[in-house]
Amino acid sequence: MHAAAVRARSLIGSTRRLPIVPLLILALLVIGAVFADVLAPHEPLQVELTNALQPPFYHEGGSLEHPLGTDELGRDILSRLMHGGRVSLLLALSVIVLGGVVGVALGLISGYAGGLTDSIIQRAVEAVLSLPTIMVALVFVFVMGQTYASIILILSPFVAAELARMVRGEALSIRRTNYVALARVAGASHLRVIVHHILPNVAGTIIVVATLQVGALILVEASLSFLGVGVPPPTPAWGLMIDGGREYVATKYWLSLFPGLAIVLTVLSINWIGDWLRNVLDPKQQML
Amino acid sequence: MGRYLASRLLQALLGLIFISTLVFFLVRLTGDPARILMSDFAPLELREQLAERLGLDRPLYEQYFSYMSGLVRLDLGDSFNGQPVLDILLARLPATASLALAALVVAIILGLPLGILSAVYRGSAIDMFSRSVALFGQSVPAFWLAIMLVLIFSVILRIFPVAFGTGPESYVLPSIAIGWAAVAGIARLVRSSMLDVLDSDYVRMARAKGLPPHVVVVKHAFRSAIIPVLTFSGLVIGSFLNGSVVVETVFAWPGLGKLTMDAVNGRDFPVVQGAVIMIAVFFITINLIVDLLYAYLDPRIRYG
Repeated sequence: MHAAAVRARSLIGSTRRLPIVPLLILALLVIGAVFADVLAPHEPLQVELTNALQPPFYHEGGSLEHPLGTDELGRDILSRLMHGGRVSLLLALSVIVLGGVVGVALGLISGYAGGLTDSIIQRAVEAVLSLPTIMVALVFVFVMGQTYASIILILSPFVAAELARMVRGEALSIRRTNYVALARVAGASHLRVIVHHILPNVAGTIIVVATLQVGALILVEASLSFLGVGVPPPTPAWGLMIDGGREYVATKYWLSLFPGLAIVLTVLSINWIGDWLRNVLDPKQQML
Repeated sequence: MGRYLASRLLQALLGLIFISTLVFFLVRLTGDPARILMSDFAPLELREQLAERLGLDRPLYEQYFSYMSGLVRLDLGDSFNGQPVLDILLARLPATASLALAALVVAIILGLPLGILSAVYRGSAIDMFSRSVALFGQSVPAFWLAIMLVLIFSVILRIFPVAFGTGPESYVLPSIAIGWAAVAGIARLVRSSMLDVLDSDYVRMARAKGLPPHVVVVKHAFRSAIIPVLTFSGLVIGSFLNGSVVVETVFAWPGLGKLTMDAVNGRDFPVVQGAVIMIAVFFITINLIVDLLYAYLDPRIRYG
């Protein structure tokens, strides 16, 4: 291997080493979001019109009082970012839990039962995956109202479908293994076989897919709030902040820049960790 | 081929019925669409009039039947300003379709070389670079990328226009914003299928014959490696339609995405409903075409 390649490899980390950089970034973001109440320098909703559109600290006229500046209503951007992270993480995790449980269950049943049950579940999964996510969510949230519940409810099926598809594929091949046949001969019930013999073997896939889905969900949630159908204002959400800064982009770029960077850093770290998990849990895929 | 064609067509048809039904119930979930369409302060009489005009006072199955039979006759109802929804949608379709195609071109122009190079120079700095591009591509929200592109290329450098215009230059920024996310997928796919092909006997044979490396890569390996990209392109176009809602909003692009947003804001529900169905139809049709093309190219699928 060339020296350059060795260097590149140690930088990007296709190896199985723990990805320190994204883990650190994510840890910082999570701490900032979870303890936003204590850590944020200002109230995220506090309007101070005399303080509106302050530049970030490195600009002339900026101060460390508002390190990343203030928005058009004089609200502190850093504080809003921290509280916005809470919204993004909370929504993404709720969807993963709800959609994940349903999706894994459907995938296991589909792969294990086979036959008609499998066909029906798979047609439903294909149908859901063929829907334009943002469009459907847009309409649903518009009809049902801008609440956490309706956002979670409409995004969960997409996560469930994705997981069901992946889990089903794995369960299908595990079902045909000897140890499953032996467990059945030994008198294990179907439920026991699924829970004790198949589920542990698809856990790796579930973890990888779920991790990558968290990243995708944060992007979708940001798109929805950018379009004005995310969590209702004035709750700070990253997408909403980017939208708010759009009309000032020519002169006050930081209004849109920082929330976008927050999204990119979060999703990048999560995807990076997801890739690493895939390499570790599924060595076959490592070089793909 | 006949049997495969039939089963695939049936599947597409089922998909269409599913989506139309879903949209139908989605609109009626709250129990009273007339309430969403009108302000809460509208007089009850007006609401009832509207409900009657939209046929909402009839039993659900009757509504469903007339809705579905309308769809079969390509009748999507009328917009609130009186125009037929289908006409409005068809007028906006070219803008969205041409943008999606431009975005696909961008994604292929960037993704293909990245994928090939990282397969040929596997494990090298180029490989690592293309993999980080892939990782980065999946992590950037399209709407933010769009705004940042406007900031850099329109506001600071003044190279490209800020919003929709007549010339081809107005396509550059939006197609990058939409296509960017697919660069990653295409590069990954090309890379893995190139790796497979480069390992095959006939490529080894070509090498053994002493053909120069670029001939082996371009003439022998690339041709086989490109097939999966075809399938992927179909999926990618579908995802572009999704991205178009946000990116069209940023660039004031007069396509289906912008139309949907405006209709949502204007509470023009027949248009919203029609746009979702239209985009889903578009998506399903593309997938159908790609699958059939793929089956035509690879006989194993037809008889599988």
